[in-house]
Amino acid sequence: MSSTQQPPLSPQPAAEQQLPKEHYLNATYGIRSWLLTTDHKRIAILYLISVTFFFFVGGIFASLIRIHLLTPGGYLVTPETYNKLFTMHGVAMIFFFLIPSIPAVLGNFLIPIMVGAKDLAFPKINLLSWYIYLVGGAFVLYSFATGGLDTGWTFYTPLSSIYSNSAVTPAVIGIFINGFSSILTGLNFIITVHTMRAPGMTWFRLPLFVWAHYATSIIFILGTPVIAITLLLAGLERMFHMGFFNPVYGGDPILFQHLFWFYSHPAVYIMILPAMGVISEIIPTFARKPIFGYDFIAASSIGIAVIGFIVWAHHMFLTGQSTYSALAFSFLTFLVAVPSAVKVFNWTATLYRGSISFDTPMLYGLGFIGLFTIGGLTGLFLACLGLDIHLHDTYFVVAHFHYIMVGGAIMGYLGGIHFWWPKITGRLYPEYLARIAAITLFVGFNLTFFPQFILGYLGMPRRYHNYPPEYQVLNVMSTAGASILALGYLLPMIYLAWSMRYGKVAGKNPWPSTGLEWTTDSPPLTENFRETPVVDWEPYDFLHRPNLGLLGATSKKPVPAHGDD
Amino acid sequence: MQSELPLYPEQASNFAPQVDGLVLFMIAVCAFFAVVICAAVIYFFFKYQRKRADEVGVPIHGDMRLEIAWIVLPFFLLMAMFGWGAVIYVDYRHTPDDTLDITVIGKQWMWKLQQPDGRREINELHVPVNRNVRLIMASEDVIHDFSVPAFRVKMDVVPGHYNTMWFRPTKSGRYHFFCSQYCGTNHAVMGGWVTVMEQDDYAKWLSGTTGSEDPVAVGQKLSNDLACVTCHLPDGKGRGPSYNGVYGSHVKLADGSTVVVDDSYIRESILLPNAKIVAGYRPEMPSFQGQVTEEQIAALTAYIKSLKDQALPGKPGAAESATGKK
Repeated sequence: MSSTQQPPLSPQPAAEQQLPKEHYLNATYGIRSWLLTTDHKRIAILYLISVTFFFFVGGIFASLIRIHLLTPGGYLVTPETYNKLFTMHGVAMIFFFLIPSIPAVLGNFLIPIMVGAKDLAFPKINLLSWYIYLVGGAFVLYSFATGGLDTGWTFYTPLSSIYSNSAVTPAVIGIFINGFSSILTGLNFIITVHTMRAPGMTWFRLPLFVWAHYATSIIFILGTPVIAITLLLAGLERMFHMGFFNPVYGGDPILFQHLFWFYSHPAVYIMILPAMGVISEIIPTFARKPIFGYDFIAASSIGIAVIGFIVWAHHMFLTGQSTYSALAFSFLTFLVAVPSAVKVFNWTATLYRGSISFDTPMLYGLGFIGLFTIGGLTGLFLACLGLDIHLHDTYFVVAHFHYIMVGGAIMGYLGGIHFWWPKITGRLYPEYLARIAAITLFVGFNLTFFPQFILGYLGMPRRYHNYPPEYQVLNVMSTAGASILALGYLLPMIYLAWSMRYGKVAGKNPWPSTGLEWTTDSPPLTENFRETPVVDWEPYDFLHRPNLGLLGATSKKPVPAHGDD
Repeated sequence: MQSELPLYPEQASNFAPQVDGLVLFMIAVCAFFAVVICAAVIYFFFKYQRKRADEVGVPIHGDMRLEIAWIVLPFFLLMAMFGWGAVIYVDYRHTPDDTLDITVIGKQWMWKLQQPDGRREINELHVPVNRNVRLIMASEDVIHDFSVPAFRVKMDVVPGHYNTMWFRPTKSGRYHFFCSQYCGTNHAVMGGWVTVMEQDDYAKWLSGTTGSEDPVAVGQKLSNDLACVTCHLPDGKGRGPSYNGVYGSHVKLADGSTVVVDDSYIRESILLPNAKIVAGYRPEMPSFQGQVTEEQIAALTAYIKSLKDQALPGKPGAAESATGKK
């Protein structure tokens, strides 16, 4: 990380560079021009603000949880409050931050530009998605403010449908409404990718970011209706005592778990696939070479999305489900590890004989590989039937999914925000501060969550406001890590906000990178391109793009990397 | 007391060494891959650092042999993990025959446990060492989960279902048990201690019991109090089948299928009597849903179980006969 005396290797914008005269941010002014916009880039900014709000709501709950767990007796808050904290942390983070984060912010901003279109296929529906998200979010905040929610984000029945005394109904309605936002976004992405690609943008020239979002959109459309109807049924049981899940009314609580996980397991892939897409853009850019095994990375996204739909009952190995069913779901879960491993191997191989720089997005990208690898491998422990008997519902599970969702999805999100920040705002963030933040996050994250693997193996159950004293040392380590992690999240907030006004002007293509989005202005015009772009290059090809200004570049047409597309 | 920073819990059941052995294998394989990937990333990161600002990397698009290798090799390792895990799980889900049966009832937020002779405990469980123990578990309200880390076992306790789990304690001592499935406000304090005793000590502990109720006697009394016996006559001539010799037998149902009379079937027949009607009887028994507690159901089951060596009415000694209960 120390600076060297060599010529600068990172983007050094020429001092005289100016922002373009006209771009999407200054095209029109006034609050109405934002709230009634149909520009996908402005909608992405609206989403950026709203998901950041929910991230901080969820983050405050997380901080209180970690402070409370410093001591075994659980003295800071009452059990009721603690249960509400972890439930609201989960609901805010999963439904209102992680699921929309990369698709609705970066995907919204980038997918039309990446395929060479002026906007998404249905710009008004795109705006509608954001309003639906807001209405859903308002219901959930109302639930948080009027009694809170203490069912766990999983809403297991009959606890949620009968026994809980908290504000379950508005929360369930809020998540139900929010689901439509996901469905419409997915629909918009799929139709845009199918119908609005620029001339020359063949399927196998699409950036892998677009492939990942295509796979995510499939899950949005197929999975979200199921969670919506499931929570609606739980709400009906709560409000009108209709018997779906409560055995007293003739229902079955296990049915709820099947329906819930049928969506909520693929939802994990909704969170991680877009992050994988971001990493697949960052790594070739900062290694300056084509991505290794493009077809395999693209196909593995679809493979994960498809197999991800048939692994849900691995959350239920110990509910008393049939042994045969457990064997089948365990087998399928191990199978989904194959496409995930393929991605990791291909990213790593991409680094081989590259020209690698230390820029912040790359630090997030490499951090992602390490953390996702740990998160994925520990998932095997839980997929393994014999070990799940011991590890199910312990802190091992908590550590595992935080490695995927925080170490994977949020690292990917932050990497992507940094990578495309010059495109979104036209300005560069302060590089050294950003590297410090990335390293702080990496260290803080591992210190927070690695001890929880050991806690889990020792048997500490999750969702405990009070734990036996032998678990204290590891909990203190975890809380210490969390305070570092919190600092790591505050830093980017500050310098990114600062850079919007004071950052150096970035220019069209500061890294440089090869995607279509880097051929247009930073920030782009409202219409994205002055004229319809024509794509005559292969993805991630640096050598045959003379306008990138790189060594040894020729304009000679390359042999297509994919002979038969 | 263990060290300040233990890495694994005590091994106190037959499953503990099996699970720990498997976890070591998994850690070895996974650590190997994690180290290879991290080492490769770090090595490439420094080895191929950018030397000048306009440098590009070597354009390599892929390698089919490598792709096949890193699809096939992990697949076989994954199948090894799957297989080993499956062996332990199948063993865990297949209870041996000679078990000491203990009834466990979870309710917000306590555990009620009952020994085979009727001795009751709250949030305490005493079991003999080196004896197969089966827990038959039911919930009175929401889903709970009975978990003993030192035994490496747990199982959800689901309302409306009986779940069972088994283990063989191998080491005397006192071990935590927890509720592992979030169940509401006091979830974190819904736990207690399993005491594993030498078999002699366990026998002494049981005989020192005072005031315990024999569940068979309780069940018999309930059967009278709830007027079960007015229809379920011992000679099989009542409006419902006789209890004699029915437990563990196969009975033919009105729809032509066959069912084994076990704890779950008896429980269902008390709560939802018309779900499975024995051939030759009419669906006229009322439901006892809400009138009997899980403990009372367990007592009734114990009573019916105690009659299993009685001859089935009508066909003495023919355990496979089509007559049954209810």
